[in-house]
Amino acid sequence: MAKRRKAGSVILTAVLSILSLVWLYPIFMILMNSLKTERAITTSGAFRLPAAATFAGLENYVSAIVSQGFLKSLGYSLFITISSVALILVCCSMCAWYITRVKGRLSRGLYFLFVLSMVVPFQMVMFTLSQTADLLKLNTPWNICVIYLGFGAGLAVFMFCGFVRSVPVEVEEASMIDGCNPIQTFFLIVLPMLKPTLVSVGILEAMWVWNDYLLPTLVLDIKNYMTIPMLIQHFRGSFGRVEMGPMMACIMLTIIPIVIVYLLGQKYIIKGVAAGAVKG
Amino acid sequence: MEHALKRYGPIFLLPTVVAFAIGFVIPFVEGVYLSFCQFTTVRDARFIGGGNYQRALADTQFLHSFWFTVAFAVVSILLINVIAFGLALLLTRKLKGTNVFRTVFFMPNLIGGIVLGYIWQILINCVLSLAGQPLLALNSTAGYWGLIILMCWQQIGYMMIIYIAGLQAVPDDLMEAAQIDGATPWQTLWRVKLPMVMPSITICMFLTLTNSFKLFDQNLALTAGDPGHLTEMLALNIYNTFYARAGAQWKGLGQAKAVLFCILVVAISMFQLKATRSKEVQQ
Repeated sequence: MAKRRKAGSVILTAVLSILSLVWLYPIFMILMNSLKTERAITTSGAFRLPAAATFAGLENYVSAIVSQGFLKSLGYSLFITISSVALILVCCSMCAWYITRVKGRLSRGLYFLFVLSMVVPFQMVMFTLSQTADLLKLNTPWNICVIYLGFGAGLAVFMFCGFVRSVPVEVEEASMIDGCNPIQTFFLIVLPMLKPTLVSVGILEAMWVWNDYLLPTLVLDIKNYMTIPMLIQHFRGSFGRVEMGPMMACIMLTIIPIVIVYLLGQKYIIKGVAAGAVKG
Repeated sequence: MEHALKRYGPIFLLPTVVAFAIGFVIPFVEGVYLSFCQFTTVRDARFIGGGNYQRALADTQFLHSFWFTVAFAVVSILLINVIAFGLALLLTRKLKGTNVFRTVFFMPNLIGGIVLGYIWQILINCVLSLAGQPLLALNSTAGYWGLIILMCWQQIGYMMIIYIAGLQAVPDDLMEAAQIDGATPWQTLWRVKLPMVMPSITICMFLTLTNSFKLFDQNLALTAGDPGHLTEMLALNIYNTFYARAGAQWKGLGQAKAVLFCILVVAISMFQLKATRSKEVQQ
C-alpha cells in the first residue's frame, strides 16, 4: 500500500513537472526569438532555437532600449504605478475606516457604490471618463493617479472594510481616551494593524495599474506619454511593417522585472491573492 | 468615538470620495444620460430618446459579439475552474516540489493582457502554419480556441491559489472523521471537501465570470476581432463602435451598448453570487 502510494506520487510529480515546462514554454519561446536576427523570425520558425547564423546577440535589446523608447515607457509605468498605489492605500484605508466605524446612511450609500463600481465594466465609463479627465487636466502621468484612485477605490475600500470589521474597536477607543485625535489614532494605531491587508491590496492594485492598457490609452496623450502596455500595442499598430525582433525584446524586458519582483515577493503575492479572495 | 470621528469626516472621506466621483460616479451618470443622446463630445449632446437602444439591439454585429462572449465565457469558466481545482487538490497532497509548481502556475497572471495576447498570437500562428491551417487573422475557430487557451493559461494559477487556500482551511478532524467512517477518497471529495470549499468556488466563479465577460486586452492583442469581426467580444465591439469610425451616429450607439453590457454583467454576477452562496454551508 505504502509502496503503491509512493509510486503514485512519483508519477504525479513527473506529470506536474512536464506541465510546468509546458506552462513556461511560451515565455521561453519569446526569449529564443528575441535573440534571433530580424530575418530569421518567421511565423513557422518560432519554435526553432537560434542557430549560429541567426543569432543576433543582444542587438534587439539594444534597439528596443535605444530607438524604441523603452526606458521612457518604463519610467512612466513605474511612476504611475507607484504614485497610484500609494495614493490608493492611504486614502482608501482612511475612507474604509471611517465608513466602517461611523454608521449611517452616508456610509451605507458609499459602501454600496464602491461595491457596484467593482462589477461595472470599464467600457461603461470609458468615453465620459476620458472627457472628464481632459476637462480637469488629469491627463498626464503626473496626476493620472487621481483617476486610478477613483477607479481602484472600489476593490480597496471593500477589502479594507472587511478587515477593519475584524479589528476590535476597544483598542481605538482606548487611544482616544488617552488623548489621541482621530488622525493620530488612525495612523498610529489602526494603520499598523492593517499591514497585512495593505500588502494584499497594494499587490492587487499594482498588478492592475501596471498592466492596464485601455485607461492610459484613452486618458494620456499618446504622442507624449506611453506606458509599457501602450508601447507594445503601438509596435503593432503604427510602424507599418512590424519589427519583430525589437518587439520580442520589449516583451522580454517587460516580463523580466515582473518575474524578478514575483520571485522576491512570492510569499506576499500569493498570500495577498488568497487573502483578497477570502475577504471577497 | 463616533462623534469625534465624525468631526474629522471630511479629512477621511474627501480625498477618496472626490476621486471616486471624478473617476466613477460622474462618468457613470453622464454615460447613462448620453446613451439617450446623439453626440461626438460630451458638450454637443442632443437628447434623442431610446433610438440608440433600438439600433443597438438591431445591430447584428453586437448580437454576434454577445453570443461569442457567452460561448467563450461558458467554456472558459468550466475549464479554468475544473483544472484549477484539480491542480489545487494535487498541490495540497504534500508532494515534493509543490512550491515550485505553485510558483510556475501562478506566474502568467502577473503578465498583462496585451503582452499575453502577442505571446500567444506568435505561438498559435506558428502551430497553425506548421499544421498548414490558415493563420489567426483568417481563422475564427482558431481565434476562439486561442482565446480560451490564453485565458486558461492566465487564470488557472490565480484560481488555483484561491482553491488551495480553501482546501487548507478544511479542518483535519473533519477529514479524519470521514476516514474513520469509511468514506472512499471519491466520497470524501464530493461529500466533505467540495461543500467545505464552497466559499472559494463562489469567489472563483465570480472572478472568472466577470473576467470572461469583461475581457478586452487579450481579445485586442490576440485576434483584434479578425477575421471580419467574427472573434470580437462585447467589450471590443463597444470600443470599436466608439473609436473605429468617425461620425455623430456612433458614439451614442456605443454608449447605449455599454449600458446594456453593464446591466448584463451586473445582473449575471448578482445571479451567480446568489446561486452559489445558497450552496455554502456554515462551519
